[in-house]
Amino acid sequence: MGVVGQNVIRLDGQDKVTGRAQYVDDITMPDMWQGVAVRSTIPSGKVLSINFNPSFNWKKVVIADRHDIPGRNVVTMIEEDLPLLVHDEIRHIGEAIILIAAPTKQIAEEARRHVEIKYEEWEPVLTIEDSKAKKRIIHGKDNVISHYKISKGDIAKGFGEADLIVEGTYRTGAQEHSYIEPQGMIAVPREDGGVDFVGSLQCPFYILKALERLLGISASKLSVKQATIGGAFGGKEDYPSVLAGYASVLALKAKRPVKMVYAREEDMIVTTKRHPSVVRHKTGVKKNGTLVAQEIEIEFDGGAYTTLTPVVLSRGFLHSFGPYFCPHVKIEGTAYATNTPPNGAFRGFGAPQTLFAVEAQMDKIAEALNMSPYEIRKRNCLKIGDEMPTGQILKESAGGMECLERAAEMSDFENKWKEKKGVGMSFFLHGGGFTGSGEVKLKSKAGIRLEKDATLTVLTGCTDMGQGAHTVLPQIVADAVGVPLKMVGIETPDTSKVPDSGPTVASRTTMVIGKVLCVCAEELKKRLSEVAGGNHRDFESLAKAFLKKRGPLTIIEAYEPAPGIHWDDSTYHGDAYAAYSWGCDVAEVEVDMDTFEVKVERVYMVQDVGRAVNPQMCVGQIEGGTLQAVGWALTEEQRYDRGRLLNNRMQTYIIPTTLDTPEFETVIIEHPFSHGPMGAKGLGELPLDGGAPAIVNAIANATGLRIAEIPVTPEKLYEAWKKI
Amino acid sequence: MEKNIALIINGKKRKVKAHPAERLLDVLRENLKLTGTKEGCGEGECGACSIVLNGEVVNSCIIIFGQLDNGDEITTIEGIAGKKKLHPLQQHFLECGASQCGICTPGMIMAAYALLKKNPKPTREEIKEAVAGNLCRCTGYTKIIEAIEKCVISNVKI
Amino acid sequence: MRYFKCENLTEALGVIADKETRFPLLAGGTDLIVQWGGRMPEGIVDIGGVEELKLIVQRENVVEIGALVTHGTIVASKIVQRDCSALVDACKTVGAIQIQNRGTIGGNIVNASPAGDTPPVLMAFDAKVELTSLAGRRHIPLREFYLSYRKTALKPDEILTRVIIPKPKPGESATFYKIGTRKAQAISKVVMCVRSIIQNEIVEDIAIALGSVAPTVVRAPKTEKFLMGKKLNENIIDEARKSLAEEIKPIDDIRSTADYRKFVAANLLGRYLTDTFLRSPSA
Repeated sequence: MGVVGQNVIRLDGQDKVTGRAQYVDDITMPDMWQGVAVRSTIPSGKVLSINFNPSFNWKKVVIADRHDIPGRNVVTMIEEDLPLLVHDEIRHIGEAIILIAAPTKQIAEEARRHVEIKYEEWEPVLTIEDSKAKKRIIHGKDNVISHYKISKGDIAKGFGEADLIVEGTYRTGAQEHSYIEPQGMIAVPREDGGVDFVGSLQCPFYILKALERLLGISASKLSVKQATIGGAFGGKEDYPSVLAGYASVLALKAKRPVKMVYAREEDMIVTTKRHPSVVRHKTGVKKNGTLVAQEIEIEFDGGAYTTLTPVVLSRGFLHSFGPYFCPHVKIEGTAYATNTPPNGAFRGFGAPQTLFAVEAQMDKIAEALNMSPYEIRKRNCLKIGDEMPTGQILKESAGGMECLERAAEMSDFENKWKEKKGVGMSFFLHGGGFTGSGEVKLKSKAGIRLEKDATLTVLTGCTDMGQGAHTVLPQIVADAVGVPLKMVGIETPDTSKVPDSGPTVASRTTMVIGKVLCVCAEELKKRLSEVAGGNHRDFESLAKAFLKKRGPLTIIEAYEPAPGIHWDDSTYHGDAYAAYSWGCDVAEVEVDMDTFEVKVERVYMVQDVGRAVNPQMCVGQIEGGTLQAVGWALTEEQRYDRGRLLNNRMQTYIIPTTLDTPEFETVIIEHPFSHGPMGAKGLGELPLDGGAPAIVNAIANATGLRIAEIPVTPEKLYEAWKKI
Repeated sequence: MEKNIALIINGKKRKVKAHPAERLLDVLRENLKLTGTKEGCGEGECGACSIVLNGEVVNSCIIIFGQLDNGDEITTIEGIAGKKKLHPLQQHFLECGASQCGICTPGMIMAAYALLKKNPKPTREEIKEAVAGNLCRCTGYTKIIEAIEKCVISNVKI
Repeated sequence: MRYFKCENLTEALGVIADKETRFPLLAGGTDLIVQWGGRMPEGIVDIGGVEELKLIVQRENVVEIGALVTHGTIVASKIVQRDCSALVDACKTVGAIQIQNRGTIGGNIVNASPAGDTPPVLMAFDAKVELTSLAGRRHIPLREFYLSYRKTALKPDEILTRVIIPKPKPGESATFYKIGTRKAQAISKVVMCVRSIIQNEIVEDIAIALGSVAPTVVRAPKTEKFLMGKKLNENIIDEARKSLAEEIKPIDDIRSTADYRKFVAANLLGRYLTDTFLRSPSA
C-alpha cells in the first residue's frame, strides 16, 4: 500500500514542535549588521531635502541611497515600474527613501529617528472612485493598471429573454495576511562579488530574477535559500524581492551580512494586502431560476505600482461568474492605481473578491424569485460538457454538484434555511495552477536525485510555508517510484541546488510540480532499468545495481500541460485553467440583535480536491483557509486616513482567536483530474473562496439584513437595521 | 549597567547577565540562544513569545529583564521534552497536524503546558480560553484544540 | 538608565519623593512596556516586588485589593468571586491569560484608559482608591480619580496602593458587559457595569458605569436618577434606555462609531433591567 492518501506526519514537524526550526530571525552570522529603511510619511509628492541630524554619530552606521544601487533602481516583477528606493516621485506612505545598516537594531532604529526629510506634498489619489475619475493622473495615461473584457453569446438577447433582472454592487476591503512571522531577509556578500540570500520567502527564483537587474550581478553569482517560513499566504510572493533588494544594497556597501526583519507595525504598513474591490452584477434569470444573462463589472484597487495586479485581476475576472452555466455573459475588469502601498497576492488571488460578489448576488436572486439558495445553485451548476464564458468546455473532474448535495444534506440546509435559523450557503470553484498559458510559459522544472545510498531526494524550488509541500511531494515521489517514504527526502529550496519550479503560489505545487515529479519518477525507473535491468526484488536493489555501475543520478523534467489545453492571451479565450477544484460551504451564525455581534457557530465544508494526497493536511488547509475567510467576512479590514494605515498593530487589526472560531465539519471529495499526480488538483486557495459569502448569506437568513460589503461589522449591521 | 540574576532556566541554574531594560524575549533568544521562543508582534498580542514563568504563562516580549528576581523559574519550548522522547503535547501536536508553519507552535504549546500543569482535566472550552492569547493564522485552531484534548485524554502526567 | 528595584512601599515612595529620581512606576508592564515600544525612559521604578501590595483582604464592610494583585489572582480569588463577581468577569476579559498573569489591577486603574475593563466595575461599586505618599495616605472615590482623558488625581509623589470595594448589600446584584472587537484579547467598544438593588420590582438603588463612551470611564447619573425609586415595567425600561443613549457622548474612532455605542449601551441597560426584573422574586 502506498503513502498517497495517508495521513503522513509532516517531515519538518519535529523541528517545529521542539523549537529547533530555524526561521530567518533565528539565524545569526558573525559580524552581521541590522538594516532598516527610512520611509516616506506622505502618500504623494517628492523629497525636497534629507538632513542627517548631527546629534547622532553617523560614523557608527552605513547609509545607502539610490545611487548605491549597483544596477537599475527597479524591482522587476511583471512590469518594471517599482523602484527599490524613491526615485523622483513618492507614490505611497512607507516607500523607502534611504537605507541604514548598523551593528545592532537599536542603533539602526536610533539612526532612523535622526533622519529628517522635507517633502513637497501633492494631492493623493486614495480610492478607486478618485482614480477612475482621474482626480489626478498617477499611473500611465488614465490610472488604469490593467483591463480585461470578454463576452459570450449575446448579452442583450439574454436580458431580453429574462423574466427578472437583478442588480447588485458588492465591495470588499483590504485584508492583511497577518502571517505570525513578519517578513525577513539576510543578504551575505560573497568573495566573488555576488550575494547569497536566506529569508522568509515563497518564490526563490523571483528574487533571483529581480536581483539580477537590481544589482547588475549575473544570476550565477546569486543564490536564494528559504529559511523555515512562518506563514506567507501570498504575502511573501513578491515582497521578499523588495526586502532582498534593501538587504543586499546595504550588505554590499557595508561589506558584511545584513539582516532585515520587520517589526510588526512596519510589516503591516508597507507590505502588500488583498486588493479592495467593487463588483457590479446585473443578472437576468428565468422564473424557474435559470440564469440567462450575467453582466459583471469588476474594479480592483491596485495600489501605487503594478506589481502583481494584472494577474490578480485576471484570476478574479476569470472566477467572477462563479461555478455556473450561463449562455450570455459579458465581463469587464479594471484595476486602478491609488497612492496606497501596492496590493498583491493573498490566498485566492482576486477570486475571493469576485466569488463573494457572485455568491451574494445568487442569494439576492433566489430571494427575489422566492427560491431556496440551494435550489438556484443546483439549477445552474456547471456540468461536464458545459461551455464557460471564456469558451472553455468543462471536460472532466467536475465535483460541483456533489459538493452542493453533500453540503446541503449534512447541514440540513433546506430546513434550517426555511426556519430562518441563520444558515447561508456558498458555492465556488478555483482554477489550479497559473492562469491561461502561464504554465506553458513557465515550463516549471523539478527533479529527483538518486543518492549514493540509494535514497531519493526531491529537487524543487517550491517552498514549504506551512502548507505541507515538503511532505506531500515526497509522498507523491515515494508512490510514483514505489519506495517507502523513509527512502525519500527533499532538498531545501536554494537556487544554487534546485531547479526553477516556478513560484509557490496559485494552488499549483501539488498539481503541477507533483505531476512533474511523477514524470521524473517514470524516467528514473526507465533509466535505472536500462542500465541495471534484470531481476531485482525491489527498487532499492535495482538502484544499488545502477549506482555500482554509474553512481548517483539526477533526473530533471519540465511541466507539460495536459493535452488539448489552449489559451489565447490576446482574446482571453480558451481554457483558463487546466482543472478546477470545487467547494460548497454552509455557515451557521447567531446574531445578537441587541449588539449585532455575529457568532459563526459552525461551518460545513465540502471540497473536491481531485485526490487528497495527505487528507489530514488537506483538512488543515480547508480549516485554516476558511478561518481566514471568517476574519475577512467579519472583522478584518485595513483602515486608512489619507493613505496612512490606522490599524497597524495586531491589537487593532482583528484576526480570529480560538474563541472566534466556529466548529468545522469538513468533507473531502475526490473527482480526479487525469493530468494531476494520482488525480490531485489545487487546494491551497480554494477554502478562502467560500467562507465570506456563506457567512454574509447566513446573516441575511438570520436577520433579513443583506449586507453587500465586507467586513460585516456590527456597526454596519446596525446602520442597515436602522434604515428598515 | 548590566545586572546579574540567578535564574532557573529549563531546570538548570543559570546566572544571567543583561541590561535591566532588555526584553526577556531578547535575553532568551540572543544571550541564551534559546530561539525556540518567537517574536510575532512585540506587544503581547500574538502569544508567539509565550513562556512559563514561575508556573504562569506570560508573554516574554513585554517583560523586561529587570523585572525578574533571583530564583525565578523559566520554562521554554526547549525545556519540556525528555532526552529521547518528545513531550506528550509535542507528540500530539505532531500527530494531529496542529503545526503548519510552526511559528506559533512553541508559544501555543507553552500556553497549553501551563494549563495542563494547573488543570490536568480541562474542558474543551477551558482549552480554548487558555490558548486564546496565542494567534495562529494557518490551522484554524481546530487541530490545535484536538491535540491538547488528546493529551488530556491520554492521562499522561505533564 | 537607572533602574530602581524596590522591595517595599517606603523605598518606592522615597525614590519618587525625590524629583531627581521621579521615574515611571513599573508594575506588570503589560501596558507600559508596549507604550514605551523599545524607547525606554531614563529611569524605571520597578514596584513589582512590593509584596505588601499583593494582598486581597476581607474586612467587615469592604474588600481591599492591593494595587499589585494581578487579574489572574482576582479571577481565582474566592473572596472576590463571592463579593464582587462582576470584577472577576471583567478581569477574565483583560487581554488573554498571558496578560492576566502579569497585568495588575492598580495598573489597569492608573493607566486611565477610557476603555479599561475593570474601572467600570469598580466605579459601579463606588470603590475608593488609596493613594499613598511619604506624607501619608488618602482615600478618594474612583469617580473622582479620573479628571480628563488619561489624567488622574494621582500626585507625582503618590502611588495608588489599594482599591477598596464595599461589600454588597442584601438583594444587590451586578453584571459586567463587554462588547469588544472580538471574543478574546479584545479592546472594548462599550464596557459597562450595572449594579442595583431591585425589590418588589422597585429600583431601590442603581449604579451604571461605562467605559469607551467618554474620555474617561464615567457613571450615568441622569439615568440612575431617573430609575431610582421607579417601579419597573416595559415603559420605564424603554425610557431608561433612551435616557442613557442621550446621556452618554461617545465618539467615532478606530474601533466603533458613536451611534453604535449609544445603541449598544442602551440595549445592555435594557437587557440588565429586563433580566433583573424577571429574576426579582415577585415578578
